[in-house]
This record gives sequence, structure tokens and C-alpha cells, in this order.
Amino acid sequence: MSEVNAAEMTTSVWSGGASPYAVDSKKFGMWLFIISDALTFSALLIAYTYVRLSSPQWPTPFHFFPSIVFSSIMTFCLLSSSLTMVMAVHAMSHGNRKSTVRWILATMAGGLAFVVLHATEWRNLIVNEHMTTRGNEWNEPLFGGTFFALTGLHMTHVILGVIYLGVIAFAVSRGKFKAIDVEVSGLYWHFVDLVWMFIFPMVYLLSAKL
Amino acid sequence: MHTENPAEVSGASTMTFGKVWVALLVLTGVEVFLAYEQLPTLIMLVSFLGLSIVKAAMIIAYFMHLKFERFSLFLTLFPMLILCILLMFISMPDSQRLLHMRPPQ
Repeated sequence: MSEVNAAEMTTSVWSGGASPYAVDSKKFGMWLFIISDALTFSALLIAYTYVRLSSPQWPTPFHFFPSIVFSSIMTFCLLSSSLTMVMAVHAMSHGNRKSTVRWILATMAGGLAFVVLHATEWRNLIVNEHMTTRGNEWNEPLFGGTFFALTGLHMTHVILGVIYLGVIAFAVSRGKFKAIDVEVSGLYWHFVDLVWMFIFPMVYLLSAKL
Repeated sequence: MHTENPAEVSGASTMTFGKVWVALLVLTGVEVFLAYEQLPTLIMLVSFLGLSIVKAAMIIAYFMHLKFERFSLFLTLFPMLILCILLMFISMPDSQRLLHMRPPQ
């Protein structure tokens, strides 16, 4: 192989010499994970909608207080934590590690507030409304099953996200990790926020007690 | 276009991110308002779905920076995702069949 051909091999997109997407492999990997996870949540949301449409009397257990108020504050917490995450990525791209750690900690606080409020909401439904995964007072057992599966999987993602961000914040404070690592963790966090943008109206608002 | 510096990749200022955040909060407020307007379920469903898609698009475009990535990345990831999600809706008419098969309570 001549030297000219070798140079073409390492620069041509079609020869595999350059990334056709011009993104870091970690970032592309996270995008692929997000797409696959989006399919999982889509399947659960569509299953929930299927069960709802096939039911003649779908329960509307979400009172304005605490359920709708709490879930609205939870939405505010997640949206605000997405903004603080963007600021963390911005700070890290400017090499400001101290500011990055502060913004990530603010993001984690938003995530933790979400989890605490969600746990309180679950407790209210289980203790006061007697709702379980297998039965409830409205004689619509699939309501509990689909509700807890959907919101439970999302809450698991939030908890894992807080742990993930904690690891990133710790490493950044110790002078480890690059800007791309913070950006990749941000992608995950924004996805968790994005999923809630569908769960909140489709599950809570559509079943609000009028 | 990708560079080593993510700030250049983002292509948006912190002010833009703030505006997106405010827009997302306003759209959430509209959703809560609509929930108490006693509209027919189908109209509510379509409205919420439409607003959620707008909010998701804003998060993906600005917070996840996809607006500032190469278009080839979008073309690789999203048409497939949208097609798969649309295919899942194939089962939806069956829910109406099931509704009419239920014995009266």
C-alpha cells in the first residue's frame, strides 16, 4: 500500500478513518443507551395507555393536594436540575472544576428532592388510597400494576442518576475526568427529565380528580 | 461540528438555556391548567401528547445539544426510534375491542 493510500485510509469517513458523527465514543455510546431506554419507557407508557383505554371506568385518584401539587413540584425540581446540569457542563468546558462540582451538587439536590416527594406520594397512595400493585378500591387492579411499574422504573433511573452524578462530582473535585465525562452524565440526566415530561401529564394529569 | 471544547459544541449561551427552562415551566403550567378544564379525554390525550413532544424536543435540542451536533447523528438515532414507537401503537385499536368485550359490572 502506498503512503498516499494509507493517508486516505485514516482520514476518509467511508474507510473508517474518521467518525461520521464527529462525537466522542462515550457520548455516542450514551446516545445509543438513551435510544434503547426510550423504547423501554415508550413500551411501558403505551401499555399503560392501552390498559386505560380498555377500561370503562379508569380511576382518578390524584387529588389536587397532595398528588397534583407534589407532582408539579417534582416536575419543577427535575426541570431545574436539568438547567443546573447544563451549567455544570458549561463550567467544566471552561475548566472551572470548583463551579462544576457546585452545579452537579445542585443537580443532585434536585434529584433527591424529586425522590423524596415521589416516595411521599407513593406512601399517600398506598396508605390513604389503599392502592397496591395487585388491587385497589376502584376494582381496577391493572391501574396499580402499571402505575407502580412505570413510576417505579423512572424513580430507579433518578436514584441511579443521583449516584452517577455523585461519582462524577467526586472525581471532578479530585482533578479526574474530562469535560466529555460531565457532558455524558448530563445526557443521561436530561433523558431522565425528558421521560418525566411524558409520565407527568399522561399518568398524573389525565387521572386528576376533578 | 465537533471540537475538543464542549462549549463550542453547545453553540448556545447560558441565557438561551435559561429561556428554554422558562419555556418548559410555562408549558408545564399550561398542562396543569388544561387538566382542570374538563375537556373530552381524547382531546386531553392529544393535547398532552403534543405538549410533551414539544417539551421533549426542546430538551433534546438544547439541553442535550443535539441541535448543535452533526445532522447524521440525528438521522442515525431518531427516525428509527420514532418508527419503532409508532409501530407499538398498532396494538392500540385492540384496546377498544377489549373495552366492548368486558361484561357489564
